[in-house]
Amino acid sequence: MSSQDLLSVRDLHVSFRVGGLPARLAGRATEIEAVSGVSFDLQRGTTFALVGESGSGKTTLARTLNGLQPVKAGTILFEGQELQGLSDARMKPVRRRMPMMFQDPVGSLSPRLSVRSLLSEPFIIHGLSSRDLNAEVTRLLALVGLPRDFADRYPHQLSGGQARRVGVARAIALDPVLVVADEPTAGLDVSVQGEVLNLLNDLRDRMGLSMLIITHNLHVVRQIADRMAVMYLGRFVEQGETEAIFRTPHHPYTAALLSANPEPDPDKVHERITLPADVPSLLARPTGCEFHTRCQQAQARCSVDAPAPATVGDTRLTCHFPLNI
Amino acid sequence: MTVLAVKNLSVAFHTESGRLEALKDVSFKVPANRSVGVVGESGCGKSTLINAILGLLADNGEISAGEIVFEGDKDLTRLDAAAMRNLRGQRIATVFQDPMGALNPVLSVGRQMRDIQYRSGLSKRDKDARSVAMLRKVRIPDPESRLAQFPHEFSGGMKQRIAIAMALMMEPALLIADEPTTALDATLEVATIELLKDLQREIGCSVLFISHHLGVIAELCDEMIVMYAGEVVESGTTREIFHDARHPYTQKLLACDPARLSRRVPRLPTIAGTLPDLRRRPSGCVFQPRCDRADAQCLDVPPGASIGGSHIARCWHADIPLGVSA
Repeated sequence: MSSQDLLSVRDLHVSFRVGGLPARLAGRATEIEAVSGVSFDLQRGTTFALVGESGSGKTTLARTLNGLQPVKAGTILFEGQELQGLSDARMKPVRRRMPMMFQDPVGSLSPRLSVRSLLSEPFIIHGLSSRDLNAEVTRLLALVGLPRDFADRYPHQLSGGQARRVGVARAIALDPVLVVADEPTAGLDVSVQGEVLNLLNDLRDRMGLSMLIITHNLHVVRQIADRMAVMYLGRFVEQGETEAIFRTPHHPYTAALLSANPEPDPDKVHERITLPADVPSLLARPTGCEFHTRCQQAQARCSVDAPAPATVGDTRLTCHFPLNI
Repeated sequence: MTVLAVKNLSVAFHTESGRLEALKDVSFKVPANRSVGVVGESGCGKSTLINAILGLLADNGEISAGEIVFEGDKDLTRLDAAAMRNLRGQRIATVFQDPMGALNPVLSVGRQMRDIQYRSGLSKRDKDARSVAMLRKVRIPDPESRLAQFPHEFSGGMKQRIAIAMALMMEPALLIADEPTTALDATLEVATIELLKDLQREIGCSVLFISHHLGVIAELCDEMIVMYAGEVVESGTTREIFHDARHPYTQKLLACDPARLSRRVPRLPTIAGTLPDLRRRPSGCVFQPRCDRADAQCLDVPPGASIGGSHIARCWHADIPLGVSA
């Protein structure tokens, strides 16, 4: 971990128990590893994006950083403090520095609380209710570009974009250093998506925030993230600078993802890398390189040996036969 | 032949705070063997439109005007509940956004696929044979043994393919697909679009495809309609609209798509202003309060201006192509 790093994750493993006694008696796997050997650093003032399909472990990773999911192995250093194994009471001040925005803008707000209560809640939870909460609510609404009188509205009276702004206001209420945003723009249309991303970019610049963004929209990643990681079956298969990865992807899965990205032009002739659609199950991980069952470059060795992490320029990846070298 | 013709459809909801006009004077056609895309921001009436077609409007909703003509002779706004039930699942099928929510988690896939054939009169064995054939069509490997499995034993992409297989099982005339690829990653999204295209050709059905992902519409659809605040503001072939959008809203919507930006920009384009309150529609053109081309004329309801062919834009200034300022 260098002094620039805000968050430094090393060889993180997170697992879930599946099946019960019957599965164990039958000798089947009783554990799935949702996050497997993930390492990365997030520098102050930068945005890091996690991409990958549903079920690839993005949300589990984010929840684990926030202490919402126990760590099986590995270390999480945040502002120099090891988070692994911290009690709930010790995690509380950490969450104040690293708030999380959950998926579903409206669903992540309690339907029975007014915007005023929703925005006061972080202060009350963290024992800061002696502050002038009305003034704080007004300040936060202004920061996220909502009119003052929205304080008296309820979530069902908000559009998706407005609800997302309230979610952002809650996240930044207590002057955090890192915001973890899970699909901040999913379900929003392109114009509102642009507004929310502009807001997040503004806040990052004005408040010196860092961000960890989870998304499966590659166009969003390119617009907002300095660095990115591609997840597949709970592992980082490629990570590096966003622009470098978009320009020259080295891992065949990254290349396929980038080539698949549908573009708004009916006449565009696509040179697509088509993958067999069957994603392996975490219960029965493939041997060797776990991507070999869908990979077009796969050779005999790939189904036997798991590739060790390699570095190409600034990009780190796990592949025996990287592309564009 | 036209499979679905929506004519001057208006739908209103009665809410505590007054009458809300969710759809106003919506007209479009879905021709046989064609895919028609519907785009527009959340709240523009896409879901209301689907529910009106399926006869599933909430109790406080009513079709206040217009008709929905299906297969040339049936006006869906006049059919009773029993007649609608006979059409749904048989002649009009749907695929929704969340494949997990569409499948029953406690029944095997084979049982669910058998159940939806209850009107076919086939034996259990024949029903299973058809299920296997359909799963093979949506490229589920080893379908015979997978019939006994439960939804959680399939990946997200496979579940969506099973939902598609179930929707197309009865060879409907119309498939309504509501954001069916939103939960999938880009590789699976493209695979699902390709699959839908192939199946549509094979079965010979029409598709009404709702999405706010413009790239997906561009790839899948032959024609499209653009909705804003419950009105169709522009319609035409996909090529006409992506290459020569004439309604200022469509032009702005297309410009907002980050897929059009090949490099990182400091500020993403957005559409200034907000959707109007549908209880108090603006007078004249519904987009006029947010439009930079608006003038006095726009306070009158604009006509549907024909741009050529099937391309229509509901705007007083539809003669101005993109990139030319007023």
